[in-house]
This record gives sequence, C-alpha cells and structure tokens, in this order.
Amino acid sequence: MRLLFLVSGVSSIVIVCLILLFLLKDGLPFLARYSFWSFVTGTTWAPIAIAAEFGLLPILAGTLTVTAIAIAIGLPVGVGAALYLSEAAASWERELVKPFIEVLAGIPSVVMGFFGYVVLGQVVRSIFGAPVEHNALTGGIILALMAIPTIVTISEDAMRSVPKTFREGSLALGASRWETAWRVTLPASASGVTAATMLGLGRAVGETMAVLMCTGNAPVIPTGVLQPIRTMTATIASEMGEVPYGSTHYHALFMVGAVLFVLTLAINTAARKLIGRFHFRGR
Amino acid sequence: MSRKSATQFIAFWLLRLVCYTVVAATGYIILDIAAKGWPHLSWEFLTAMPRNRMSAGGIWPAIVGTLYLVLLTIALAFPLGVGAAIYLGEYARAGRLTRTIRLAIANLAGVPSVVFGLFGLGVFVIFFNFGTSLLASAFTLAMMILPVIITASEEALRAVPQGFREGSFALGATKWPTVRRSVLPYALPGMLTGSILSVSRVAGETAPVLLTGAALSAAMPESVFDQIMILPYHLFILATNMYPPQVYVPLAYSTALVLLLVVLGLNGVAIAIRYVVRRKHSF
Repeated sequence: MRLLFLVSGVSSIVIVCLILLFLLKDGLPFLARYSFWSFVTGTTWAPIAIAAEFGLLPILAGTLTVTAIAIAIGLPVGVGAALYLSEAAASWERELVKPFIEVLAGIPSVVMGFFGYVVLGQVVRSIFGAPVEHNALTGGIILALMAIPTIVTISEDAMRSVPKTFREGSLALGASRWETAWRVTLPASASGVTAATMLGLGRAVGETMAVLMCTGNAPVIPTGVLQPIRTMTATIASEMGEVPYGSTHYHALFMVGAVLFVLTLAINTAARKLIGRFHFRGR
Repeated sequence: MSRKSATQFIAFWLLRLVCYTVVAATGYIILDIAAKGWPHLSWEFLTAMPRNRMSAGGIWPAIVGTLYLVLLTIALAFPLGVGAAIYLGEYARAGRLTRTIRLAIANLAGVPSVVFGLFGLGVFVIFFNFGTSLLASAFTLAMMILPVIITASEEALRAVPQGFREGSFALGATKWPTVRRSVLPYALPGMLTGSILSVSRVAGETAPVLLTGAALSAAMPESVFDQIMILPYHLFILATNMYPPQVYVPLAYSTALVLLLVVLGLNGVAIAIRYVVRRKHSF
C-alpha cells in the first residue's frame, strides 16, 4: 500500500516535469526556425502575415499592463476591505460580508469576462472617454474584481492572527483604534498581505478568458490604459484553434506558453521567499 | 482627543465605503446576470438542442457536456489526489522527497490554466492520440485541480485526532488498516467538500477545454473520444463570435445564468456537507 501512495505522492513532481518537458518539446523547435533575439525584442506580433513576425514585446506589454492595473486597483481596495472587516466591523457584519465577497471568487472567469464585455466596457467608455469599449482598463478592472476576494480573505486572516496583546498594548498607550489598525495591525500582518498580493499577481498574469473578452484583442504595445491590448494568455487561447499542427506559429504559441510558465513560476517562488522573510521579521 | 476621534471616524467610514463597494459590485454582477438571463430561461432552453445557428432551441448538449466533464475529471483526480494526501499526511517523513513534493504541488497550483491547455494538447490530444475529446479535457483538468484536492484532503486527514490512530496501533493494527478503518472514514467528508469546491472550478473553466476538447457545436457525446459542448465555451461563443448581438446577447445572458447557478449550486452543496458533518462529528 505504501508504494501505491508513494506513487500518487510523487505524481505531482512528475506532472510538473512533464509540463515543462512538453512545453519545451513543442516550443524549442520554434527557436530553430526563428531567432531568439527577434522573438524577445520584436515589437510586432503578426503570425499570419506573409512575412510572419513573432515579437513577444506587444503581448508581454499587454500582460504587464492589465496586471499592473489589476494590482493598482485590487491591492488598496482588497487590503482596505480586509482592514475594515478585521478592525472596525462588528462580528455579525463580518460573518455576513466575508462569505458574500467569497461568492465573487466563485464566479467563473468567462462569466466575469462576459460582464466586462457587455456591461463594464460601456461604463468605462462613457466615464473615461475611451475610444473603444474593450481596452486595458476594462480588462484590468475585471481582473481586479477577480483578485480582490483572494486579497481580502488572506489579508483578513493575517490581520486577525496578529496577537491581541499587540493591539492592547497600543490602545493602553493611548492610541485610537484607527491608529492601532494603521500603525500596529497592518504592519504586523505585512507577510500575509504580501502573500495575498503575490497570489493575486500570479493569478492575474495567468488569467485567460476574462482578459481575452475584455481587452480588445489587439497585439500592439500600449501607450495608454484606454487602448486595446492583448495578453500572452489571450494570444494562446485565441490563436491555437486555427494553427496547423507543426507550423512555426504552432511552436511559437508553445514558446509563449513556456515564457508564461517561467514567469508565473518566478512570481510564485518570489512570493514564497518573501513570505518567509517577513515571517522571520515579524516574530 | 476630538481630532483623534474625528480622524478615526473618517478613516473607518472610508474603509467601510471601500468594503461595501466590493459587496455592491458582487451583488450588481449577480443581479445583472439574473435579471437579464431570467426572461429567456425556459424548459425548452434547458432541454432542447440548439437550432438555427444557435439562435433558437436550447443549451442541453452544453449542460450534458459540462456534467460529463465534471464527473470524469473528478473520477480521475479524486483517487490520485487522495492517494497523494494519504502519502503526505500518514506515511511521509520530513525530508528532501517530501519537500520536493510540496514544492511541486505549490508550483502546480500556480500554473496558468491556458498553459495546462497547451500541456493537455501536447500530451493527451497528440502524444496519447486521444484527439480533441472529452477524455483529453478531463485528463487535463484533472491535472489542474490535483493540487486543490491534495491540499483539501490533507487538511481533512489532519483534522482527525491523533488518538484515533494511536488507539488502533495500540490494538496491534499496522499502518494501512489503521488508515483505512480509523482515519479515512472520518476524513472522507472533508475530502469530498474540498473536491466539490474544486469541481465547481472545472465547471467554469474554459481555456484548457478550448484547447483540448470543446466544440463550437456538437451532437450529444456518445463516447469519451467525442468532442463536447460546454457551458462556458458556449457562453463565450454566443457573446463574442455571433452576429447580431441583439439576438445572441440575451441567449448569452441565460447561458451565463445557468452556468452561475451550476457553479454556485455546487459550492452551496459543498458548504452544506461541511456544515452537516461538522455538527455530526465534533472531535
């Protein structure tokens, strides 16, 4: 029996290795046909043009832009909501609001994308005067909404696990509840908040359907947040269905997948390292 | 002192505003989809085949496809995930192998879903020659939800008191009978809860299925090697690829509502199981 369980246990390692192996198996042939340098520094993604170009920069910039917008909105909102729930809300209020926010996490990404596509796009267009409904900002707001439940849940847990004595000490010195929340609880829970943000970041980089639907599907380097863009994930999802097996384009998409894999791996590893350090300092 | 309390008043009200903005956004999304999806929802919509380029009839094959996909995925992932959790929770000793397994699980959880799609395309569709099919999609999604099932199952194992194991050992039982008779029965409900939660993610997942087994329109699947229609992809197509929107967007709303009900319904079932079980066994 032990052996059987050992095999199941090891399966995760095998799967991670297989993912890397198969991404490289179908990704590396791309580099035999297209120069690595032109791939990473190219500013045009035009895979079906007669002189096909596979420049990574436009779709990498697209991914970074929506991710940055999502974090810029999601981090303050998520941490603010968590701070409210943990430090100011009555316990009955917390018990009602927290599960409700968690429902948001359960909404499938394609439904969030659909909402962004038909409703939010129009709002963004009329409020910010965007030239088109589907642009980096629309996608970024939807991504922020998808990241917020994670940020709220993990940050709030971290804040509530700050020892009570920290707060009592601060209050005894004459600080108000707000000063205690801002100067004591928030810094003491920095590790959890960082973990939450990093998880949200990793998810935003990897999110596919919502950004595919909301960001306008234009693989060009953006100069502003109201422009249509396209992310790496959306590029794979929207183009993979139409490429002939074994073509340069096919291998290029696997190469983009490999870049995405490495990028998210780096973010997650950095998150774990960072969390370890904060924990050490907090104790 | 009054300036201090004024600051606190303003700060807490701002945080409350932020928190309830998130609540309002969640409510708005759900109500928008419920209100605009409801009028078109009918018995025929749920149980008929799509007709007339999807502009009439219903979404029955997409509902069935989603159901088959969910069942097959869980059938593949549950035994493997539980096996891995039993290894980690009951058999493994701290050491390099255990650390590596945990690292692999953490990394697997961070891999973007579209990268799983590429992996599934390379391994199951092409290498194992399943073709774009229900089976290939189910295998792909099973790999994807494996970390969630392992983590949830391990937690469920950890919640079984140590005394249960010690009692069994004291009566002379060896490792496996102890696990099977004194640990697993009590951990199983917790494992199921975690797995149902991960299944609700399968029901809403689009990108990996898009690359490995989803069809724009397909007959009812008759074997695991058939392509399938699924609710999320159907929604995506109705919303973004069909013209004119006046005809298709209302249908998309109803599809979104059905998908939302399936996903939130599954979450509700999981939470209900957890609630009932917690009341029944409290160690």
